[in-house]
Amino acid sequence: MRGLSDLFYKRPGALTAMLLGPPLAWIGIVYIGSLLALLLQSFYHLDDFSGIIIHEFTLSTYGQLFESSNLQTIGRTVAMAAIVTITSAIIAFPIAYYAARFARGKTKALFYLAVMMPLWSSYLVKVYAWKLILAKEGIITWAAGGLGLGGVLDALLTLPVIGGSSLSFSYIGTFLVFLYIWLPYMILPLQAALERVPKNYIEASADLGATPRQTFRTVILPLALPGVIAGSIFTFSLTLGDYIIPQIVGNSRPFIGQAVYTLQGTAGDIPLAAAFTVVPMLIMGVYLALAKRAGAFDAL
Amino acid sequence: MTHAVSFQNVTRHFGKTRAVDDVTIDIAQGEFFAMLGPSGSGKTTCLRLIAGFEQPTSGTISIFGEDATGLPPYKRNVNTVFQDYALFPHMTVGENVAYGLMIKGVARADREASAKQALDMVKLSGFDQRRPAQLSGGQRQRVALARALVNEPKVLLLDEPLGALDLKLREQMQEELKHLQRQLGITFVFVTHDQGEALSMADRVAIFNEGKIVQAGPPSEIYERPRSRFVADFVGSSNVMSPEFSKSHGGPEAWVSLRPEKINILTGDQKVVSNQFNAEGRITAIHYQGAMTRVVIDAKGTRLSATLPATSKALAEGQTVRFIWAKDAIVEMEKA
Repeated sequence: MRGLSDLFYKRPGALTAMLLGPPLAWIGIVYIGSLLALLLQSFYHLDDFSGIIIHEFTLSTYGQLFESSNLQTIGRTVAMAAIVTITSAIIAFPIAYYAARFARGKTKALFYLAVMMPLWSSYLVKVYAWKLILAKEGIITWAAGGLGLGGVLDALLTLPVIGGSSLSFSYIGTFLVFLYIWLPYMILPLQAALERVPKNYIEASADLGATPRQTFRTVILPLALPGVIAGSIFTFSLTLGDYIIPQIVGNSRPFIGQAVYTLQGTAGDIPLAAAFTVVPMLIMGVYLALAKRAGAFDAL
Repeated sequence: MTHAVSFQNVTRHFGKTRAVDDVTIDIAQGEFFAMLGPSGSGKTTCLRLIAGFEQPTSGTISIFGEDATGLPPYKRNVNTVFQDYALFPHMTVGENVAYGLMIKGVARADREASAKQALDMVKLSGFDQRRPAQLSGGQRQRVALARALVNEPKVLLLDEPLGALDLKLREQMQEELKHLQRQLGITFVFVTHDQGEALSMADRVAIFNEGKIVQAGPPSEIYERPRSRFVADFVGSSNVMSPEFSKSHGGPEAWVSLRPEKINILTGDQKVVSNQFNAEGRITAIHYQGAMTRVVIDAKGTRLSATLPATSKALAEGQTVRFIWAKDAIVEMEKA
C-alpha cells in the first residue's frame, strides 16, 4: 500500500490516469464508438427488392430523409420539441426564480421534493396515467363539463392539426404529457443558474437606476441564460428522441423516435433509422452554435 | 444650505435585532463623511438605507432636502460602490460603466464617450473592451468607481471599497479617492471598519456601536477627545484609566483616556516638570515595531502601553521606570 501511495505522490499523473482511464475508455468505446458505428450505418442503404443492406458508401439514404412524409415527421417532431421547450421555460422560470431567491429552509426542501418526486415514479406509469386523465371519459372532460366549459374543450378539439377526437388522441394531449414529463429537467438547471446570480448584482442594477423590469431583462435573464440553455438541451433533445409518449398519447402521425423504432424493427431499414437519428444531433449542434453566438455562455 | 443626507431618528429592525437604533445625523454637501465601527455596528445598514436597499422601520431620511423614505433605489440620485464591486460579468468594462446611462436612455455613442471619460478619470483608459474577470482587484475597484461616478450622483456611497485590496494599493487608492472627491465636489459617504482609513480620508467621522452613533466629528476631535471608552479604544489604541488611578496621579476623578504616544519614559538625569504627571511602573513587554517601539508598563495593576521612537532608549523587560505625561494629554470621558 505504502509503495502505491509513494508512486502516486511522486507521479500525480499516474493517479489521474488510473482514475480517469476506465471511464474515458467507456465513453470513448461504448459512447463515441457506437455513435460512429451508427453514423457509418447511415451511409449504407437498403436494397428495396432484396431487403438486404448494401455496405457501400452512398448519400441516397440521407436523400430519403427529404421525401415529403419523412420531412413532415422531422418538422412535426422539431415543432413539438420547440413548443415544449419554450413552454416549459416559461412555466419553469417563476418556479425556479422563487426557489432560488426567496425559498429558504423548509420551503426550499419542499420545492426540491415537489420537483423531484415525479421523477421517482415510473415513466410508463405516468404516461398511462395521463392517458386516462386526458381520455374522453377522463377527469378533464368530466371537470370541464361540470364547470360548464365542455364547449370550450370541444372547440379546442375541433381546431385543425392540434385537435382530435379527444385530448388523448390529439397533439394537445401529446404536448401536455411531454410538458409534464420534462418540466423538472428545465426547472433544476434554471434554479441552479439563478442561485448563482448574487443578490448584489440586482442591487447594483437598481442602484444604477434600473427598474425591476429592466434589471430582469439586462441582468437576471442574461445571467440565467446558461441555465435556460442547459434546461432546453434536456427538454428539446428528450422530446426529439422520445417514441413512447406520442405512441400512447396522440394521433397516429409519427415522431422521429417512432420512425426510428419502426425502421430498425419491422422494416429492417437500419441505414434510414441511423440517418433519422443523425437529425436530432445536427439540430442540437446548430442550436448550441447559435446559442453560443448569442452569448448564452458568456457568463460561464 | 440643505444637507446632502439627513437622518431623523432613523431605526431599522431585522426581526428582534435593532441594526440601526434611533440615528440622527446630518451630512453636509461636498463632505467626505466616514462611518466607522466594528462589524454589526449598523454602519453598513445606514449606507443601505441611504441607497434605498433598506427602508427604515421608523424615522425619516432625506436626500438634498427631499424625503426619500419609501423611495426605491432606482429613483434616488445616489450611487454605490459595492464592497465586492458587483460588476456584471456578462458585460464588458465599457458596458458596465455605461450601464446607468443606457438605462436612462442615453444614445449609444454618447454613453460610450462618457464611459471612456469616466475610465480615463480612474486611469483605466483603453480597458473598455475587457471583461471584469480579466481585471485585477484594484482595477475592478476603479471600474466600480467609474460606473458609479459616470451617473453624476449627488451622493456617492462607498461600502468598504478598499477592504479587498492589499496595503500598498489601499494607500494609493485612499489618496486617489480623496483627490477625486475634492475634484468633483460630490458628497462621499464611506463605510469602513479601518480607523486609519477613516481618520486619514474623511472630513468628518461618525463612530458606530450597537446601532447608534456614539460620537461624530472631525478626525482630530475624534482622536484627541474621545467621549467614551469605546471610542478611545476603537479609534487608535488608548490607555483608559479608572477614576481612582487618575485622581491618585493628579488627574480628575473620572474615567480618562491617555494616548500611548503621549507617554514618555524618564531616564537617569531627566526630571519631572511642573505641568507633567508621573507614575512608576514595571516594564512587562517590549514590542519592536520598526519605526516605533511599544512598551507595556504595569503600574500597580494598571496596564498602560506607551509608544516611543524606536532608537530613543535602552530599556529592558522587568525594569522599573518612571514615566510621565503632560497634564493636558489626559482626556476626561463621559462614561467608561
